[in-house]
Amino acid sequence: MATDTFFSIPEPSAAGRVTITFEGEPLSVPAGISVAAALLAGGVKTFRSSVVGGGPRAPYCMMGVCFECLVEIDGVPARQSCLIPVREGMAIRRQIGAVELQFGAGEEA
Amino acid sequence: MNGDVTDLVVIGAGPAGLAAACEARALGLSVILLDEQTTIGGQIYRNIEAAPPDRREILGEDYAAGEKLAAEFRESGTDYRGGTSVWNVTTDGTVDYVAGHSATVTGRCVLMASGAMERPFPIKGWTLPGAMGAGAAQILLKGAGAMPSGPVVLAGCGPLLYLLAWQYLRAGAEIGAVVDTTDVAGYVRALPHAFGAIMGWRDLSKGLKLLATLKRSGVPVYSGASTLAIEGETAVEALTFKHRGKPVRLSASLVLLHQGVVPNTQLSLSTGLEHHWNSAQLCWQPVTDEWGRMGDSALYVAGDSRGIVGALASAAQGRLAALSIAKQLGAAADIAQRGTELKRQLAGHTRIRPFLDALYRPLTEHRVPPRDDVTVCRCEEVTAGQIRSYVDLGCLGPNQTKTFGRCGMGPCQGRFCGLTVTELIAEARGVDPEEVGHYRVRPPIKPVLLGDFVD
Amino acid sequence: METRKGENTRMSKRQMTVVGGGLLGAAIAYGAARAGTSVRILDQGDSALRASRGNFGLVWVHGKGTTMPDYVQWSKEGLRLWPELQNELMELTGVDAGLQQPGGFWLGFDEKDVEARAVALDKINQDGGDVPFQMMDRAELRQYLPGLGDAVVGGSFCSLEGQANPLMLLRALHAALKAKGVDIISGVDIAKVEHDAATGTFVAIAKDGQRWKSDRLVLAAGLGNATLAPQVGLLAPIKPTRGQVLITERLKPFLDYPTNKCRQTKEGTVQLGSTAEDVGYDDGTSADKIEWLARRAVETFPVLGQARLVRAWGALRPLTPDGYPIYQESETCPGAFVVSSHSGVTLAASHCYVLGPWTSGLTQTPREFKSFRGERFLDPNASFSNGY
Repeated sequence: MATDTFFSIPEPSAAGRVTITFEGEPLSVPAGISVAAALLAGGVKTFRSSVVGGGPRAPYCMMGVCFECLVEIDGVPARQSCLIPVREGMAIRRQIGAVELQFGAGEEA
Repeated sequence: MNGDVTDLVVIGAGPAGLAAACEARALGLSVILLDEQTTIGGQIYRNIEAAPPDRREILGEDYAAGEKLAAEFRESGTDYRGGTSVWNVTTDGTVDYVAGHSATVTGRCVLMASGAMERPFPIKGWTLPGAMGAGAAQILLKGAGAMPSGPVVLAGCGPLLYLLAWQYLRAGAEIGAVVDTTDVAGYVRALPHAFGAIMGWRDLSKGLKLLATLKRSGVPVYSGASTLAIEGETAVEALTFKHRGKPVRLSASLVLLHQGVVPNTQLSLSTGLEHHWNSAQLCWQPVTDEWGRMGDSALYVAGDSRGIVGALASAAQGRLAALSIAKQLGAAADIAQRGTELKRQLAGHTRIRPFLDALYRPLTEHRVPPRDDVTVCRCEEVTAGQIRSYVDLGCLGPNQTKTFGRCGMGPCQGRFCGLTVTELIAEARGVDPEEVGHYRVRPPIKPVLLGDFVD
Repeated sequence: METRKGENTRMSKRQMTVVGGGLLGAAIAYGAARAGTSVRILDQGDSALRASRGNFGLVWVHGKGTTMPDYVQWSKEGLRLWPELQNELMELTGVDAGLQQPGGFWLGFDEKDVEARAVALDKINQDGGDVPFQMMDRAELRQYLPGLGDAVVGGSFCSLEGQANPLMLLRALHAALKAKGVDIISGVDIAKVEHDAATGTFVAIAKDGQRWKSDRLVLAAGLGNATLAPQVGLLAPIKPTRGQVLITERLKPFLDYPTNKCRQTKEGTVQLGSTAEDVGYDDGTSADKIEWLARRAVETFPVLGQARLVRAWGALRPLTPDGYPIYQESETCPGAFVVSSHSGVTLAASHCYVLGPWTSGLTQTPREFKSFRGERFLDPNASFSNGY
């Protein structure tokens, strides 16, 4: 009964398509949908791992309440992918465990 | 942080918020509307302005009805600020929000219309990928036209679950099974409210139509199911439950859970103003006057965040609140006639509600997990057994169990465990949830980047 | 301080009532129970004004006691005893109170503050404090605290310092109380305490009329001590000072040492503190202070601009006029004790191992407690500042 994706988007999109990447792999997705919807339809099953037990997690509520859909978007960690629309060129990665602060050159000087 | 000052700040662009903004603008008030989504409509009319015609057809006429309200709103002259996250509301009308940077607006009045969320469904395995809310799946359908790729199992109870099944059938999705947890006792409970349901016959007949479609479809329906649990290692593999006294195991990779919706009270709770336990809807709700005003504050609440009433009643409540606000601010002298008309509409739209609340009251075992190993707080992974052990140590309420075990301290800020924890403690102590109390919700109401506070 | 684990084997069959189940009450009750005293705790409910829930969690000495050398030694003793408490609670209850003692930093944003700090720390040691410390400039601080912002001009380091988790400590103490058979009665507000001189007994009376009789009475009721203490011939002029604190989402470890401005917990969250406000009994939060704390956090460590603020809280410090504790047995009502301190974490082990047996009547009053008597606030010629 297992399928490759939880969801699929059968209808053609009037708004066109954009290309995003997930873990470096390109995904062509309908424009105007949320990052979470795009990833679910793109076959992503695990969005993040729990900061406590490390177990796999994926969106539960799709409306900004549960914080299960957190991913890294364009280098910014722990973003709610259900609230953010896809944009051309968006680079998305799994949120593995807790957020790691990125020390920039200016911050350690 | 002095920002804009306006007559009315509305938080939430669902039916209550949109209708309130329209009514207030028509009465000459200046209105700023803040909403977390980037499109208007809330969850019920999600993506209403952009959904293609075939998708609207699938979703049905109740969804399509939102178009008129959205159009009215666009014409209303409201200062609409989408994609904004409100993090603080004070009783005198100051609203702090983030949209890339922290900003402040001050309303002479503020209407909180943050809608509903799905009731948590704390069962074994509900944190696995592949287990999600039926409402979440409906949002995927509205917002992206997304449908289950394989046979999906819908489990639980409540109108939204049957509506989604109906929509999926119209869209040609394959439903593996519907596992219905509505119990026989529900029909007995609902009986005294049947008169109200008949008076609300339009809503009742719609519901019956959905159920009839489901029956005709040939989808296996397991009625009176109980003891739901999800199996799987790294993702959902099966749903198990009891049906007619026998254990059943259904293989599935996607299980959509639903047992009703509850008010999203995070905003109103954060004000510290009074809330009480609604024992019919099994949730907290703010104490307001008939117009939605909280005490003598500048704050009003309308729609599902004040108690579940549905989309049309939410819109009526939004307009009623706007009327009262206009009167309070001296913009409208006589609101009696319009008020009476709106109250009549509201009564019509809510007539069926006691019947639905009684019939689809979720099973206790699916609200208060009897198994100690069920995760209650998804963020911090606190189990039902741990909460019970803290009660054993003397904790009387959720703020104490929070400090003892971090339950409610994660990024969802207690939204997803609050009701469960209150009911767990109430059961363990043998007292009413009202006596147990709720989380003390404090700002920030949503997590905010510290950098957003820096100029 | 001679009272140590295992030395108090003399059984005290007499009943002790501890009013208050916060960090002070719980630590003392546990210390008394493990010394053989029969103890009950009377605690408030879920929405009480609990300073213990708002403690920042530092286990700290350097900079404390500038005007009271006895307090310096008392705090040092607290730090010394802590590991024993940590281990004992872990063994007994399995709860990790989170103690880490890697040393800690005080950070200054102003040259004058840093200079004044150096003078104050020198004075403490001139008075016999013997507190190891080291002043550092920004460059030196950065060797220990990478990513420190330019807004920090200097600071001090003390190798004794550490941190613990106040909430886990509270839970561990309550679990330990349960293990020792202490009677914990929750959800009661004690309005009145009475002494019967004839029998030498006490009665604690709740607002709802419930009564508890005992041979010994320990008032550890935080702000409530102000009204309860005078009823048994004691003085505790405690007033609230509000502190607001922010806390971030869990982050991967980036801060190896606790500082007076922020610390990273074992769970990974970063605590950012704190304000000092005179707002009466309002334990709320306010947007302006939240924003101020957030900005200061980013000034302290610019990298924190990437972290999300998840929670904020306000809590009321139960402060005496000079900020030092009150530990005293009543002379007119022997067997009644008042204990007030806002350092419930730093002093937890002392409260357990020293105050527990002392309030049980098993040990003499420690010498330095003469400095901690409530009557010091009656001196008409003295003026007090608690540093907040």
